[in-house]
Amino acid sequence: MTPSKVAWEPVIGLETHVQLGTNSKIFTSASTAFGDDPNTHIDPVVCGLPGTLPVLNEKVLEYAVKAAMALNLQIAEHSKFDRKQYFYPDLPKNYQISQFDEPIAEDGWIEVEVAEKGKDTYIKKIGIERLHMEEDAGKLVHAGSDRLAGSTHSLVDYNRAGVALAEIVSMPDLRTGREAAEYASEIRRIMRYLGVSDGNMQEGSLRCDVNISVRPGPNEPFGTKVEIKNMNSFSAIQKACEYEIQRQIKAYEAGEAVIQETRLWDEAKQLTKSMRSKEGSSDYRYFPDPDLGPIEVSKELRDIWHTELPELPAEKRHRYADQFGLSQYDARVLTDEFSMAHYFERVVGAGVDPKSASNWITGDVAAFVNLQKLTYSQLPLKAEQLAEMIQMIENGVISGKIAKEILPELLTKGGSPKLIVEKRGLGMISDPEILSSIVDELLATFPTEVEAFRGGKTKLQGFFVGQLMKKTSGKADPRLANQILSKKLKA
Amino acid sequence: MSHITSDDVRKVAKLARLKLDQEEVEKYTNQLEQILGYFEHLEDVDTSNVDPTTRAVEVVNRVRTDTVKTSQFREDLLDQAPHREGDFYRVPKILSD
Repeated sequence: MTPSKVAWEPVIGLETHVQLGTNSKIFTSASTAFGDDPNTHIDPVVCGLPGTLPVLNEKVLEYAVKAAMALNLQIAEHSKFDRKQYFYPDLPKNYQISQFDEPIAEDGWIEVEVAEKGKDTYIKKIGIERLHMEEDAGKLVHAGSDRLAGSTHSLVDYNRAGVALAEIVSMPDLRTGREAAEYASEIRRIMRYLGVSDGNMQEGSLRCDVNISVRPGPNEPFGTKVEIKNMNSFSAIQKACEYEIQRQIKAYEAGEAVIQETRLWDEAKQLTKSMRSKEGSSDYRYFPDPDLGPIEVSKELRDIWHTELPELPAEKRHRYADQFGLSQYDARVLTDEFSMAHYFERVVGAGVDPKSASNWITGDVAAFVNLQKLTYSQLPLKAEQLAEMIQMIENGVISGKIAKEILPELLTKGGSPKLIVEKRGLGMISDPEILSSIVDELLATFPTEVEAFRGGKTKLQGFFVGQLMKKTSGKADPRLANQILSKKLKA
Repeated sequence: MSHITSDDVRKVAKLARLKLDQEEVEKYTNQLEQILGYFEHLEDVDTSNVDPTTRAVEVVNRVRTDTVKTSQFREDLLDQAPHREGDFYRVPKILSD
């Protein structure tokens, strides 16, 4: 067998760091605000001065446990914090408070829907090894160069140091770049549904490191693992994986070895490149942090937090398909953001047919919301008002065309569709007598065409419909108007 | 019986970013050897019926509320560093060429 015939199988696992959206840091009351002047949010605990005592933020524990529950993880009876020692200027204490052998939660899974253009959408269960709490490090600015290598010195900002993180480690269950990106995006979606993180990748509140290797077949031992960092979008995760899979396959097929190392994704060049390693950084000498007591989440507390969990994205996707008969695609679009799903559910709750609601929301409404960069709660058109408009169509009060006509005003200003229709005189003409007389007038205006129609050019029906709509500014009830028109033309 | 070798001391010193000369390595190897020897006495105690613990006081779930307080020590904390540059801490070149 030639090497190119080998069916290489990529094996991918993700380590996701999620910044928990608390107001204060994980072990001290310094603010977690983003974007302030450097070192605004430091205090003696952040800087690890002798004699200071870190105390766990109760909200961090709550958010971590809720996140763990949403990822179907088992919450530990007993959990503790450890010190991970390494020297690097982004770490003020020279150790990071993290969790080593007793994380807050282990052994879970999530369901990921993998959709890619031109391919069948499928659902895959991805195992999650663990979730643990830890503190974030500070940020370095490298001076004299845009990169670490070549810089003359570095500047350190500890605003981010000590911000609470949940690190979520997946099992090596992912097989393609697309799966990796979908997994990361589902993690983000779940965290946003829970309200425990904004998941903003640009600001670094959600960061993914990828572990990736390839092997010559599904039952072969894992190949050498390479870690990739520095992806700041889901598409970057996908592309970095795809690039790295090809790079490793090429190396093996050329008879070269793949080295265990950390590589950085270069967004501009669309490739991964070797990162110069921090020397001697691999011996972390974890030991229990003597400043922090152990954590035991009681069953009572777990039960309370569990009842506070919202319906999660995967549950919503299934329900929208099963209960509302929506397509997989529509269910996916509507549930992507919690606020959109909530808006949709309120429209449906007002008695609107779910498919009509879905069409309007995923169409014109979503286009407006995205264009204006709004959230659904900021949208002037309230769910009840949209429901009213859709019901006016369903009840034959206005046509779809008229609805499109009043929609821009509704989207930008909100208001009652009924009042707008009344005010602008846009109600549908569905009185048969009125329509009859309009049709009579119309036929009198176009005697030649009427004769042609009656002579066999039945295609002219469309012409008459068009003229009728023009005459009534689109307000004629289309079905009724057509009926009357047909009858009179054939008479 | 030997608990610690000069190689161990060199490794620990390297991880702790301490620069030791040969004389110091020998000195600390001997001292640490003695210290670890004292600890060996603990092995005389029968702990077969005692659960392992990482702390002396049995306290669980010590937490604080999520409230923000601005530290009054920002300037002091910045001034304390060997090198300050504006609002930043300045550190030497991280990677050697």
